[in-house]
Amino acid sequence: MSKTTLQVDEVVIRFAGDSGDGMQLTGTRFTEATAIVGNDLSTLPDYPAEIRAPAGSVAGVSAFQIKFSSKDIHTPGDKPDVLVAMNPAALKVHQKELAPGGTIICNANAFSSKNLKLAGYDSNPLEDNSLEDYYTVYSVEMGKMVSLACKDMGLPAKTVDRSKNFFALGLLFWIYDRPMKPTKDWLGIKFGKRPELVESNIRALDAGYNYGETTEIFMTRYTIDKASLPAGTYRNVVGNYAISLGLAAAAEKSKLNLFYGGYPITPASDILHTLSAWKHLGIKTFQAEDEIAGMGSVIGAAFAGDLGITATSGPGIALKSEAMGLAVIAELPMVIVNVQRGGPSTGLPTKTEQSDLFQAMYGRNGEAPIPIIAPGTPGDCFFAAYEACRIAVKYMTPVIVLTDGYLANGSEPWQVPELDDLIPFDVKFADKSDLLDGQFMAYLRDKDTLARPWAIPGTEALEHRIGGLEKEDVTGNVSYDPENHHYMVETRAKKVESITQEFDPTEIYGDKSGDVLILSWGGIMGSCRAAAESLQKDRQKVSHVHLRWVNPLPKDLGEILMGFKHVLIPEINFGQLIQIIRAEYLVDAKGLNQVRGKPISSSDIEKTVKELIG
Amino acid sequence: MADSAVQTYSRADFSSDQSVRWCPGCGDYAILAQTQKVFPELGIKKENFVFISGIGCSSRFPYYMNTYGFHTIHGRATAIASGVKLANPNLSVWVVTGDGDGLSIGGNHTIHLMRRNLDINVMLFNNRIYGLTKGQYSPTSERGKITKSSPMGSLDCPFNPLTLVLGAGATFVARTIDRETKHMQEMITRSYGHKGTSFLETYQNCNIFNNGAYTSLTDKGTKADSVLWLEDGKPMVFGSEKNKGIRLDGNKPIIVEIGDKWGLDDVLVHDESDYVIASLLSNLTYQSDFPDPIGVLYAIESVTYEDLMMAQINEAIKKSDKKSVQDILNSGDTWIVE
Repeated sequence: MSKTTLQVDEVVIRFAGDSGDGMQLTGTRFTEATAIVGNDLSTLPDYPAEIRAPAGSVAGVSAFQIKFSSKDIHTPGDKPDVLVAMNPAALKVHQKELAPGGTIICNANAFSSKNLKLAGYDSNPLEDNSLEDYYTVYSVEMGKMVSLACKDMGLPAKTVDRSKNFFALGLLFWIYDRPMKPTKDWLGIKFGKRPELVESNIRALDAGYNYGETTEIFMTRYTIDKASLPAGTYRNVVGNYAISLGLAAAAEKSKLNLFYGGYPITPASDILHTLSAWKHLGIKTFQAEDEIAGMGSVIGAAFAGDLGITATSGPGIALKSEAMGLAVIAELPMVIVNVQRGGPSTGLPTKTEQSDLFQAMYGRNGEAPIPIIAPGTPGDCFFAAYEACRIAVKYMTPVIVLTDGYLANGSEPWQVPELDDLIPFDVKFADKSDLLDGQFMAYLRDKDTLARPWAIPGTEALEHRIGGLEKEDVTGNVSYDPENHHYMVETRAKKVESITQEFDPTEIYGDKSGDVLILSWGGIMGSCRAAAESLQKDRQKVSHVHLRWVNPLPKDLGEILMGFKHVLIPEINFGQLIQIIRAEYLVDAKGLNQVRGKPISSSDIEKTVKELIG
Repeated sequence: MADSAVQTYSRADFSSDQSVRWCPGCGDYAILAQTQKVFPELGIKKENFVFISGIGCSSRFPYYMNTYGFHTIHGRATAIASGVKLANPNLSVWVVTGDGDGLSIGGNHTIHLMRRNLDINVMLFNNRIYGLTKGQYSPTSERGKITKSSPMGSLDCPFNPLTLVLGAGATFVARTIDRETKHMQEMITRSYGHKGTSFLETYQNCNIFNNGAYTSLTDKGTKADSVLWLEDGKPMVFGSEKNKGIRLDGNKPIIVEIGDKWGLDDVLVHDESDYVIASLLSNLTYQSDFPDPIGVLYAIESVTYEDLMMAQINEAIKKSDKKSVQDILNSGDTWIVE
């Protein structure tokens, strides 16, 4: 019987297994191979917060989802078409989300009575026919085949067993016709000092691939055409890496030294790790004793003329908040990245959420407005980080970048930018020429931006004192004068508001008027765009607007909202942007709010839009 | 790190135009005056001095110095100063803090600065009370102290600041007294001269909320018996006749009378580089039978954090062929869409 090849537009695969099964790694390698093939793709890693939950338990299941397509896609997909389940717990957790008629590929060797019991199965689902009516099930003895493939190597059984994820990967490579070489090269680098591991993993990978090709179990291969992307050099990028690149690019373009002060926290630590590895760009990283000290060090570095950066997650922002207020009143430039995660308190450290918008807007004592930019995709994290730095310095203000766990760890193919194409970003520190009658005026503002001068220690004749007490306009001396305080509060707010002059007109995806406007911010952009696309194909009068700057809001937004009968605001929180929009524009916006640690699906958004239209 | 071609400054050059607003009679005036007196002598350009403070009476200090200054938030001055120093290691960075700011709310940052050994000078004014908030007990207040927040006496055992910073790895530890202006000048100069973090505690009288906290160390009648003036390489003697000394009895310090039984040779000789002696001295504080050691307890040379950081950066720059972010962007697994 010859094998057939089917051409499809898109596929969603979910790799799921125990935390120790290497699912994130398997997913990442599949993603890299898929990127090289030229498909558009979007990924969603989903891993537990426990460092190591008991092996085989439901709590310890780690998953990685990838959607890849010949079309332009915006989300990692709602329901997987294929579930790779490395053990019973993984099947238990993820089977319910599989698309009807989907495919399950299991590692049969992990379905021992102990593991079945741990997962809460009374009988083996691979043997009791409970799945066959709904899904196509492939029960593959991955563990056994890997041990056969490595039999003559003399490696401990445990070591060999750890390669079984590469068997699964090899099998999927065969089914979806992906190149093996990048992964083999990568293995060579990764385990360079342990050639026996390079060998065992490559054997497992080949065994999986050959299993697909030679057995008569898998009869169909699938091909997915290249997506038609604009010409250029591409790479796959995850959000936290893109943020790091954007920050480093801002430092290079502005010729400022990048100083990063922070404290490890999930899911932001990768930014600290990445920047720490870029010392060759002159980047200084400082792992402080706590979140507060991280923020403090950044304020100090900004005072002394560095591009000050910190990154954290919601609990860290809570600790940094007092210092952020100091940054507001001291009017010093710096960027604070919040990679949002599930809250409150420690909450769901590894899961995504958008519930820190209010914290970013209002989470400080006093009137302390801070501009907020929220990237919409992993690749956009680069541009948002760059933009945040540029605005911070131009307007002499702290800027918050609000990303989330989904953007931070999710990935997409990304056209590599040229630094030369980025908006120039020149910095001029104050000097003697800024003296007024021989005096330096620390709070004498630029007419257009309301920015005060950046006068750094070491500059002759500009010695001055700043601090957290209210400042007198122009001089910056301490002032308790009531009129001055009112004026300064107003001026700091106006300064943030004036950033709207940097904005391009708001882009509307779809018509300027219609039945429903889907309004989004942050990482939920992809689901909203996908829903709008689908509804527009259905000839529904639905448009989509995505807010990149959440504070200040674009000047033209009020008029745009007026063009629609309904405004729908999906958010992974219990309704935060919606309250701001309702308060600001007095529109009766509706929310779609889910806090389940994952993106809201485009199908849920579509459903809600249809209900609104009636 | 004296600058070349530095103009001659006077004390007035370091006085800002802001009127000083401490309570009349506050010990802080003396510290400000001695600092302004010493700074013109240090041979460094005025614009290279930075004062960072937190919150409290002491933390108003930067406003009165005509240098760069930043009056920040409660307890965080050392963290902010660390950022300043790492951004520009050429600056002479000074932290002014108090017993509440530096040891209570900011205790964590204080100890971590010590172990990192950035070249920052910490001046901690210890008045053993919260002054700015009008008189609550502080981390250095004695147990049983009656204050507004401890009407039946405080329950806390006080911190011994010098023992604390020695334990945290400080490389320069000293103490002076607000009334001892000459000695304070010397200590400020020594702090400046130390490469690495210097920690200078000043016993400072709060004449409003804790008047007389150090009377025994400043009153003519009791001073000689209460203060142990430390000098490197000199025997530890005290008393109006210089006839008492500190001697080790096994591991235990004892007070001996110099005369028939004990000579000067039997008395412990101060060695600033000896950690054991420094620890022993720091622990004499709060022991009512012993004099309080004043002077440099400990001073050793050790590599600074900023030098290590810059060395790593320079090494990485030398070793890497990726000079631009563009090189990183273009590296790794990329593909071309035509």
